[in-house]
Amino acid sequence: MAAIVTQLQQSGRSHARAHPSRVTQDATWVRWTLTAVALLFLLGFLVLPLAAVFTESFRKALDVFKAVFPQEWTWQNLQTLLPEALRAGTTEYIKPFIDSDALSAIKLTLLTALIAVPANVVFGVAAAWCITKFSFRGKSVLITLIDLPFAVSPVIAGLIFVLLFGLQGWLGQFMNAENPWFPWLQQWLAEKDFKIIFATPGIILATIFITFPFVARELIPLMQAQGTDEEYAAVSLGASGWQTFWRVTLPNIKWGLFYGVILCNARAMGEFGAVSVVSGHIRGETNTMPLHVEILYNEYQFSAAFAIASLLALLAIVTLVLKSLVEWAHSRTQT
Amino acid sequence: MPARSARSILPGFGLSLGFTIAYLSIIVLLPLSAAFLKTSGMTWAEFVQAVASPRVLASYRVSFGIAFLAAAVNAFFGLIVAWVLVRYKFPGKRVVDALVDLPFALPTAVAGIALTAIYARNGWAGFLEPLWAGGVGALTQWFPWVNWAEWIGLKIAFDRPGIFIALTFVGLPFVVRTLQPVLAELEPEFEEASATLGATRWQTIRKVILPEIVPALITGFAMAFARALGEYGSVVFIAGNMPMHSEITPLLIITKLEQYDYRGATAIAVVLLVASFTLLLLINLLQKWSRRHHKI
Repeated sequence: MAAIVTQLQQSGRSHARAHPSRVTQDATWVRWTLTAVALLFLLGFLVLPLAAVFTESFRKALDVFKAVFPQEWTWQNLQTLLPEALRAGTTEYIKPFIDSDALSAIKLTLLTALIAVPANVVFGVAAAWCITKFSFRGKSVLITLIDLPFAVSPVIAGLIFVLLFGLQGWLGQFMNAENPWFPWLQQWLAEKDFKIIFATPGIILATIFITFPFVARELIPLMQAQGTDEEYAAVSLGASGWQTFWRVTLPNIKWGLFYGVILCNARAMGEFGAVSVVSGHIRGETNTMPLHVEILYNEYQFSAAFAIASLLALLAIVTLVLKSLVEWAHSRTQT
Repeated sequence: MPARSARSILPGFGLSLGFTIAYLSIIVLLPLSAAFLKTSGMTWAEFVQAVASPRVLASYRVSFGIAFLAAAVNAFFGLIVAWVLVRYKFPGKRVVDALVDLPFALPTAVAGIALTAIYARNGWAGFLEPLWAGGVGALTQWFPWVNWAEWIGLKIAFDRPGIFIALTFVGLPFVVRTLQPVLAELEPEFEEASATLGATRWQTIRKVILPEIVPALITGFAMAFARALGEYGSVVFIAGNMPMHSEITPLLIITKLEQYDYRGATAIAVVLLVASFTLLLLINLLQKWSRRHHKI
C-alpha cells in the first residue's frame, strides 16, 4: 500500500513530460470527455464528503450567527451587531471542543500519536538500514512481513490484542491463575490495577500495529535507490557508524522520512476500527477523537460530531498539503 | 546467495536486524499468531459452525461482493483519472492530484459520517434515492427475465448501496497511484510506431498501451479489494447494519466480541485473514511480474 505512495514521488516528476507528437494525442472531444468524467468522479467521491464535513460543522454556528445578526446589511448593523454575532457563532462552534470529554479525547489522541509515531520511526529506520545496506538470506520474506499489517483488517488488529491481553486472554489467565509462574509479578500487577485492554496501553499498541509499515515502506525503496557508495566512502574515511548515519544517510533520506512520518501520524490520529475494539469506549478515559466523533454522532449530537470531525478533516488537509510540498521540494532537489 | 553481510564494512547489521526482527515479532507476528492459536483449540466442527452459519455466510456475500464491485468501479474510473492526470494538462491539476490521496489521510469515521450526511434522504444527494428506485423499476420492466428481487426497495444510505459508496471511497487512491508511474513511464515511441504503421488511436490504446498497464491495473484492483474487504470505520455509519442483509464481516466480528464469543469472532477473523494474506501474496507476485514485464 505504501509502495504506491512512494511511487508517487516518481510520478510527480514525470508529469511534466510533454507529448508533442500529434499521433500520440487523443482527439479534443476525447480529452474533454475523459477529463470531465475523471473530475466528476473525484468531485462526487472526494470533494463532496470534504465539503459536507465543514458545512455540517458550521451549520449550528451559522444559525446562532443569523439569530443575532439581522438580515439587513446596513452600516449600523455591521458596526453594532456583527462583532456580537461573530462572537456568538464562534462560541457555538468551539463549544464541542471545550467539553471535558472532548479535551481528554484530544489529549489521548495526541499521546497515542506521540508514542506510536516515534516508535515506528525508530523501527522503520532500523529495518530500512539492515534491508538496504546489507544482503542476507530471507530479505524478501522480511519485506513481505513488514507489509502484513496493511493486509489486516483494523477490526482484526484490535481483536488480536484483545486475545492476547484481554480478561480471557493470556494476560487475564496469568492474572487469575492460582499458582502463577511469577507470583510477585502477578501481585505487583494486581496492586497497580494493570490493564492493557480497555485502557491506554491497548490503544497505543493497536495504533502501533496499524501504522507499523508506513515509515519502513517509505524508506526502503528510497535507500535502495541511493545505494551504499556514500556510506562506504564515509566509513573508509574513518567515520564511525553513528557519524555515517547522522551525517551521510540521514540528510539523504530526510524527505522520505518526513513523508513517512506525516502519513504515519495522520493514520495514528485517525485510526478508528482497531482502536474501537480495544478501547472499551470509557468516556473521558479511553476515547480518542474518532471514537468521540462516533459517540456524539450516535447520540444525535450531529453538529458537535461534525465539529470534532472538521478538526480531523483539517488534519487530513494539512497532511495532503505537506505531502505535496515534500514532493515539490524533492523534485526540485532531483533536477 | 552467501551472507555477504559479514564482509560489508558498514556497521550495525546485527543491531538493526536484531531490533527489526524483535519489534516485528512483538508487535505483529506474536499477536497475529494468537488468532491462529485461539482457533487451533476448536474442533473442526466447531470451526465450521462458527464460520459457516447462515448469518456469517450472508456477511461474506455482502463484504466480498460489494468490495469486489467497488474495486471494479475503482479500476475503471481510476484508469481514467490516472490517464487524465498523466497525459492531459488542465488548470488545478496539482490540487486534483494531491486530493486523490484524501482517502488515505481522512480518518475513516469522518468519511463515514460525511458520506452518510450526503447520501441520506435529506442530504445533498438525497435526490438520488428516488432516481435509483425509478431506475431499478425501469430495469425490471425491460429485463423481466433477470431476478431483480435483491435490488427492489433498496435505499442508498443505510443500505447496500451505501456500503458500495463507502468502499469505493476508501479504495479510490490505489488504482490511480499504481497506474500513474506506469503510464508516465510509457515510451511515446511505441505509440508513434503504432500510429505510423497505420493503427488508429483506438487500436493503439487497445493493443499497445493496455497490455503494458494490465499488471498495474490488476495490482491496483487487488489492493483496493483487499482494503475494502477489511474496512470498518466508514462503512458502519452508512450501512444500516441489518443482519443477513447489510452486515459486513468485520462488523460481525465486533458483534461476536461484544457477546463475549471470542472463539466465534476469532474463527471469522481467521477466514478474513487467510483471504487478505492470499491477496497480499497475489499482489506481491503481480508486482514481480509487472517489474519483469517492464525490464523487457
